[in-house]
Formats: sequence, C-alpha cells, structure tokens
Amino acid sequence: MPKRIVAGIQSVGHRVIDSIWRLGYASRFFLLTLIKSGTSLRRFTLVIRELYFTGVQSLIIILVSGLFVGMVLGLQGFETLQRYGAESAVGTMVALSLLRELGPVVSALLFASRAGSAITAEIGLMKATEQLAAMEMMAVDPIARVVAPRFWAGVISMPLLAALFSAIGVYGGYLVAVILIGVDEGSFWSQMQNAVDFHYDVVNGIIKTCVFGIAVTAIAVFEGYDAAPTAEGVSGATTRTVVTSSLAILGLDFILTSFMFRGMG
Amino acid sequence: MQRATMDLWVGLFVMAGIGALLVLALKVGNLGTYSASDSYQVTGNFENIGGLKVRAPVKSAGVVVGRVTDIQFSTETYDALVIMNIDSRYKFPKDTFASILTSGLIGEQYIGLAAGGDEAALKDGDTIMKTNSALVLEEMIGKFLFNKASEGSSSENSGKN
Repeated sequence: MPKRIVAGIQSVGHRVIDSIWRLGYASRFFLLTLIKSGTSLRRFTLVIRELYFTGVQSLIIILVSGLFVGMVLGLQGFETLQRYGAESAVGTMVALSLLRELGPVVSALLFASRAGSAITAEIGLMKATEQLAAMEMMAVDPIARVVAPRFWAGVISMPLLAALFSAIGVYGGYLVAVILIGVDEGSFWSQMQNAVDFHYDVVNGIIKTCVFGIAVTAIAVFEGYDAAPTAEGVSGATTRTVVTSSLAILGLDFILTSFMFRGMG
Repeated sequence: MQRATMDLWVGLFVMAGIGALLVLALKVGNLGTYSASDSYQVTGNFENIGGLKVRAPVKSAGVVVGRVTDIQFSTETYDALVIMNIDSRYKFPKDTFASILTSGLIGEQYIGLAAGGDEAALKDGDTIMKTNSALVLEEMIGKFLFNKASEGSSSENSGKN
C-alpha cells in the first residue's frame, strides 16, 4: 500500500517537473528564435513567402467570418436595443464589441486553426522527413531558415488580419442595421464615432492582436519543432497547437482586458 | 508559385490591412474629429456630478471640444474635481460656465461649456469658477413628491378651516 502511494506521488511530481521543463524549453526556444531572426529580417523574401501562406491565404476565412459576425451583431444588437428605444446605438455596440473583443479574439482563434496548425504540420513534417537534420548537416541553421521567417510572418499578419476582420465586421453591421432594418445612417456613424476612442479602443485592440499573434505563432513553431518525428507525433502536435493557442488567446484576452478597460466608462 | 505574383498578393494584403486600420481610426474611431495631442487642461469643481464618467465629451454649442480625463474627490471642499482636456484650437474666456448636462432623457452625461464675456482666456491648469451640478433625477422626484404632499396637506387644512 505505501508503495502505491509513493508511486502516485511520484507520478504527480513527474508530470509537474515534465510540464515545467517543457515550459522552460519552449521559452528558451522562443528566445533562440528571437536571437536568430536577424537572418530572416535581412533576407526578407523568406518572410514574404510565409506572409503569403499565413496572411494572404487566411484572408478569405477572416473576411467571410468578419462579415457574418458583424451582421449577427447588428441583428442581435438591434433586437435588444430596440426595447429601450436606443436602436441608433447599434453602431456603437457593433464597433465597440468588434474592436475590443470579438475582432482580436475571433480572428486570433481562426488564425490559430487556419495558419497555426499549418505551420506546425509543415515544420513537424520537415522534422519527420529529416529535412531539418539535413539542413543542419549543410550548416544551415533550421531555426534561422525555417522557424524565424514563419514566426515573423505570423506576428506581422495577425494585426492586419484582425483589423480587416473588425473593419468588415463594422461594415456587416452597417449592412444589416442601416440597409436591411433601416436605422438612421447618420446616427449610426455619429454615435459610433462619439463612443469609439482611438486610444482606448483601437490602439488597445491592436495591442491585443499583437500579443495574440506572438503567442499563436510561438506556440505553433515550437510544437512543430518539438513534434515526435512520426505521423502520429505530427498529428498530435497539430492538435496541441490549436488547443493550446486557443486557451492561450482566451486567457491572455482576460488578462489584457482587465488591465486595459478597468474603470472605463 | 511565381515570385512576382506572391509579392503582388502580399503587397495587396499588407495595404488592405493598413487601409482597414485607417478606416477603423478615421471612420469608426474619433481620430479624425478630435485628437488629444494638442490640448490644455482645466479643472472644474462640481457639487454633484451625477453619472458623469471619465472620457465623457466636453461640448460647447453641441460641438465636442474636449474630453473628461479624470474625476477626483476633494476632501477640502467635499466637491468633485473634474479634470478635462480641451482642444487648444478652442479658447474659452475665464468666466466660462460649465454645467453637467444629459443628452436625451436617459442618455450619457457630458459637460456643456457656455462662454462668458471675459477678455482673458482659460489657460492650462486653470480652474473653472462657475459650475452647475448635474440634475439628479431621484432628488427632483423627491422634491416634487414632497411639494405635492405639502400642497395636499395644506389644502386639506384650509378645507377644514
């Protein structure tokens, strides 16, 4: 019986030590990526190639979901605000919820499942087929050549994608509220402009997306680089990327929101 | 994929993203109408600010001329200190009258400035002397009921006499 208890405690300790070790490994890997990203910033064509894959190819999903999220917000906002006779405030509601929360969070979640999983699968498969090892044999640093360009492409494209998401979402809200339902166009825009502050709402949203972009791509490249070099390992790493980065986005969003919007009217 | 096509798409993507940021800043946000960069700070002492909040607009003749940046409570006068930034394009005389108004019946509260006739203009760090507190609806209803009740009892009394 005592043996079992000891074994149980040991397994708990093993897991804790393992996860802390992995966290340390991930942060060292992140630092290494930052240190070695000089090459990819000098050879910017590498980053541009990755920008095409992570940014441009995510455009369709981001734009379509942004439009629909904005339209739904317009519809629901109108339904609720109409009860208080404040349906002209629907623009304010759509813009604020998109800029502060939905734009950064939903586009980051989509980005994690669209681009993050692809990055992990690509790097993991490179590792499984020993392409990374071959690079090292040729004295090409795989972190500088493969990891860093993908990381920077993700960090650059995330704020741009979120801005497009919010902009098209506001337009979707405009389509539903003004053109479909018939809220007054002037009060839609003017109430929105009165309520949305550039520094508090727009800039804080951009800061959020930058943080999400760093978190998602750092997790994606690390999981890919750390994947077990088998088919199973790559699939597991891809799943972990999506799960971990989604949780990281939501957790970071709460922390950032509580710092940014505390006591704001 | 051809290098030139890829460059074209990435260029379009980056430009569209920056364009969306500009739209958010200018069309959705208020950067186009009001910038906080050039402004001067004035303070107003109010007996009661009602539901005024930080970031509420400061308007004069209905035009937004500034924003409330901070609200404090003074233990010396037991008044509310409202600190506001006013766009330096707009100069106001020293005896400007500041009152807390409400847009609509249940709308948000804002500060209305009514210019006085003084020659000297308000400068950075000045205090607005003439202020008018917010109308608190509960107090008004209370007063109204109290008046009604006293009216009713006095008329009853007069009826007896």
